[in-house]
Amino acid sequence: MTKVTMTINGKSVSRDVEGQTLLVSFLRDDLHLTGTHVGCDTSQCGACTVHVDGKSVKSCTMFAVEAEGAEVKTIEGMANADGSLNVMQQAFQDHHGLQCGYCTPGMVMSATALLKDNPKPTEAEVRKHLEGNICRCTGYHNIVKAILAASGQDVSAIAAE
Amino acid sequence: MPKDTGIGASPLRREDVRFLKGAGEYTDDIKTYGETVAVFARSTVANGIIKSIDTSVAEGMPGVLAVFTGADFVEVGGNPAGWLINSRDGEPMKEPKRPVLAHGKVRHVGDAYAAVIAETDRQARDAAEAIEIDIEELPAIIDVKEALKGDNFVHDEIGTNQCFDWGWIEDNRAATDEAIKNAHHVTTLELVNNRLIPNAMEPRCSMASYKASGDEYVLHTTSQNPHLTRLLISAFVMGIPENKLTVIAPDVGGGFGSKIYHYGEEALVLAAAKRVGRPVKWTSDRTEAFLTDAHGRDHVTKIELATDAEGNFQAFRTETYANVGAYLSNFATATPTFLHGTLMAGNYTVPLVYVNVKAVFTNTAPVDAYRGAGRPEASYSLERVIDKCARELGMDPIALRRKNFIKPEQYPFASAAGLEYDSGNYDALMDKMEEVADVKGFAARRAQSEANGMLRGFGVNAYVEACGIAPSNLVGVLGSRVGLYDAATVRVNATGNLSVMVGAHSHGQGHETVFPQVVAEMLGIDAASIDIVHGDTSKIPFGMGTYGSRSLAVCGSAVVRATEKIINKAKKIAAHMLEAAEGDIELKDGQFSVAGTDKSVSFGEVALKAYIPHDFPLEDIEPGLEETAFYDPANFTFPSGAYCCEVEVDPDTGKVRVDRFAAVDDFGNVINPMVVTGQVHGGLGQGIGQALLEAARYNSDGQLESASYMDYAMPRADDLPFYTVDHSQGTPCTHNPLGVKGCGEAGAIGSPPTIVNAVIDALQSSGKNVTHIDMPLTPHRVWSAMKNA
Amino acid sequence: MYAFDIERPTTVADAVEALKADEAQPLGGGQTLIPTLKARLAAPSKLVSLGNVKEMQGISIDGDTLRIGGATIHATVATEARSRYPGLARLASKIGDPAVRNRGTIGGSIANNDPAACYPAAALASGATIITNTRQVAADDFFLGMFETALDEGEIVTAVSFPIPEASNYQKFVQPASRFPLVGVFVAKFADGVRVAVTGASEGGVFRWTEAEQALSGTFAPDALDGLNVSEDGMINDLHGDGEYRAHLIKIMTGRAVKAAS
Repeated sequence: MTKVTMTINGKSVSRDVEGQTLLVSFLRDDLHLTGTHVGCDTSQCGACTVHVDGKSVKSCTMFAVEAEGAEVKTIEGMANADGSLNVMQQAFQDHHGLQCGYCTPGMVMSATALLKDNPKPTEAEVRKHLEGNICRCTGYHNIVKAILAASGQDVSAIAAE
Repeated sequence: MPKDTGIGASPLRREDVRFLKGAGEYTDDIKTYGETVAVFARSTVANGIIKSIDTSVAEGMPGVLAVFTGADFVEVGGNPAGWLINSRDGEPMKEPKRPVLAHGKVRHVGDAYAAVIAETDRQARDAAEAIEIDIEELPAIIDVKEALKGDNFVHDEIGTNQCFDWGWIEDNRAATDEAIKNAHHVTTLELVNNRLIPNAMEPRCSMASYKASGDEYVLHTTSQNPHLTRLLISAFVMGIPENKLTVIAPDVGGGFGSKIYHYGEEALVLAAAKRVGRPVKWTSDRTEAFLTDAHGRDHVTKIELATDAEGNFQAFRTETYANVGAYLSNFATATPTFLHGTLMAGNYTVPLVYVNVKAVFTNTAPVDAYRGAGRPEASYSLERVIDKCARELGMDPIALRRKNFIKPEQYPFASAAGLEYDSGNYDALMDKMEEVADVKGFAARRAQSEANGMLRGFGVNAYVEACGIAPSNLVGVLGSRVGLYDAATVRVNATGNLSVMVGAHSHGQGHETVFPQVVAEMLGIDAASIDIVHGDTSKIPFGMGTYGSRSLAVCGSAVVRATEKIINKAKKIAAHMLEAAEGDIELKDGQFSVAGTDKSVSFGEVALKAYIPHDFPLEDIEPGLEETAFYDPANFTFPSGAYCCEVEVDPDTGKVRVDRFAAVDDFGNVINPMVVTGQVHGGLGQGIGQALLEAARYNSDGQLESASYMDYAMPRADDLPFYTVDHSQGTPCTHNPLGVKGCGEAGAIGSPPTIVNAVIDALQSSGKNVTHIDMPLTPHRVWSAMKNA
Repeated sequence: MYAFDIERPTTVADAVEALKADEAQPLGGGQTLIPTLKARLAAPSKLVSLGNVKEMQGISIDGDTLRIGGATIHATVATEARSRYPGLARLASKIGDPAVRNRGTIGGSIANNDPAACYPAAALASGATIITNTRQVAADDFFLGMFETALDEGEIVTAVSFPIPEASNYQKFVQPASRFPLVGVFVAKFADGVRVAVTGASEGGVFRWTEAEQALSGTFAPDALDGLNVSEDGMINDLHGDGEYRAHLIKIMTGRAVKAAS
């Protein structure tokens, strides 16, 4: 067992973990932060996406001990301080960018990282950025639209209800 | 009644808030005190005789609490097929037992033959690896046509690999043959409807606990229909009394059919929870999902279309080999038959249809209903052969379809495939499609693509499907062993808020938002005061679950009926309160008033009175305000649509890009346009995925070569365009109270032929005589087709 | 996964020492190794994480060469190499997906030598030098075959040194499922000639298409490839494309890389 200390959603956390403990297991099983999901074994679906030191990573493809000293942010830490949905989360709701909700936390984390680097992405850039996040419900239309809307761009011309 | 929350409005989904905050509660998120872990030992060979299994080492390993093998379940029942199909000769289908764990033989890669219960996941995996199995490997049975030759059987006890040989409509067989023989023109197409893996993003997960004091079980599981799961476990597999088993499907991360069925893992964790006396959880990893979730489609088909000189359709004749995999999954026999053959008249006035389906056992994962279930297969065959026919006859593909469409004045229309369509207007859909898709602008766009060195194709399609999978009397005649209705309870609490218990199960469809819209509209109250309860057999009266685009059409109708009962009783109470005749009470905007007076009481006052009946005439009115309704409709519903798309094909690489896609659907009345549009989007994503990307491929040894996202191509955001979706041309369903038809599967049904038709059009535009390519139209396949043309 | 420990040394020397333990394995970004471990296809006793080794981090310019530390993630190369070696930066910006690029390292990619990895194509086409804790190996001598390199047991790729070409481009035609290259072609034009390296296509892993190099060294234009053909012998045949298709794509992608080279 190795002791790891990291900051998760603004709170310092210390735990003893085994070497092979993945960050996602640490979050879900040790800390009960179950908003981060596991959807595959091959690091492709992106349901487990979190931010480590401000960058999106797949928490299923990183060991907990590698996050020693890091700032980790999960979906549970994304809402505004008053508990209301933040701009990205609200855009997903406003534009029906989720259905079953399973890929959603990873989508929100991934999309948030995109806008940090590229505040006004094009449709093509949004679609490309989501290469590592698989959604089976939405056909992506409303996810892409939500992200464009969250970036402050006018999405009224994009077909939908 | 605020119009932003009632029928026809698009209020934001209330379930989204918890999902967006990471506060959803999926089965694997639920941690129970004392929880243990189940891991399965699965076959790595497709077909083999189990000579011996030695679990002694595994049993002694650290943390191991129990080890199960097939021998532990010999005495319990098999997981049954829910639909009896009779062959053309009247013989009932072959139904070999589907055991909880393989016993005697393993029949597909991934077939579980043992399970370990341990304290931790790693201990369970270590022990599962230590189980020694001696398997005499046999040649794998993979190809459906080869499977019908020789004497190598998936199930030796039935002495054949043919499950059934079904004809529909058998009485039309001779006439159809005659029509094709004598036709002016016959178009023939052989095609494969590619096998798909549903890939709900949440892998399956089941957790059981057992309370010895009351001999009671609770099963949390990733299910689209907890009551059906309970029924199957109780009545067939485990014999646990229904009143001793609670099945809970909490938040479920997508299903698409794959979570309709009862799986052996559910039975195993129940048995294990009792034996070890602690909760037992199994969580599928993605590899297990690929190997063991019920797959979809997998038809090998020959279809013929006979026409006269003017292009009038005279007959469709279809021969299909349907792969059902190694075991019959619960709906496996219904999917290629009554969800497929009965739709083989399509949108057309064709007088003769004959369909022959041979269902075949193979050493592959079970195949069952996947989004659309049989109807995509029907639509694909029809709309591909029609497109080919149009080319052969030199006719415009839209004009050929219009020529043969059922016309609005012909409803109700008895189709040549045995269904009675209640409503529709296919020309109106096609008109709207031509408008929203700017079909007139195609030529200019094609010229632009060609100037860029690309080929552009236009593809069109019309579909009709049967949804709201229900009427019990009809499905009973067709072989269903269960009734298909649904149920709802509307409970008005004393303080005026409502709990509505529904048999439908929401795993992305937005029921928590949509059902309250209906109730709110009927009662004239704020939808925010209405909550939906679903997914728990201990809380809801009964339900047949969510699949076949049935939630609103069937369960929604039950909600309407229960709400009508509430209104009737509330009017009685209001009449009593207002000292008026019951017949004079009117309900409007949440107020019960006496007609022609200004006397009224609010819905909330009536609710309170129902629970404080100090002065009730108890011989006339019971206390309380709660009503249950079961709804069993008169017919299927028949959504229809006209779809088109434009693709660009890179002639150098064969890569296809979908540039535009328009879907115009008739869903009847629409309760929440936002949700309906989202359902179409999702169906399109899956349908385009089938057309261009997805394929479950077994090699000749029965190894699944596409067993991870490394080799099974899931549609990504950059594979798909923005879609144009329209449902303004709805013709209401004539037989359910809401006039709704169901929208969940349409996109997956209408899009594959649209895409393939467009790609063929693109290749033809370059002078390549390519008439068909089997899905998925991968770059390699398209390039090869061009090269070989 | 099986159980193992993870060490996180901060110097190359400590990492090398740690790797002397039985069944110890180096851990770069883990984007390939961790899925392998999850599938229980490897059972190390210990992983030695290279992520904390400062001297293996970052990008530096030394005259006409770009040196990238072995533990440098793809995202860093994608941004920081853009001005000096745009072809390489563009390649890095298209490896995997954004989250993978935030973890995956060049050293891990080079050392693994997946036949469909992107970086080996850049290294080979650039005539890069692979720098390890013990020696320097020319890319031409480093990539020995599918998942095979010249690395010895316990040897670590500490950096890769890329000569910067006058013009370069990488064209990736993706396998639709994994998004790895079905065929990837890196073209690098130097003053003394053109180098063309192909990944994704061959059963032998990354290789140089020497006929194209000769033709393009004469005339650096897509037309120079006319008449050339890649043999399908030895090309990968799988679900996503047969050898003939891959051979065809090599020519198409090479032409496109030449056209796009800057």
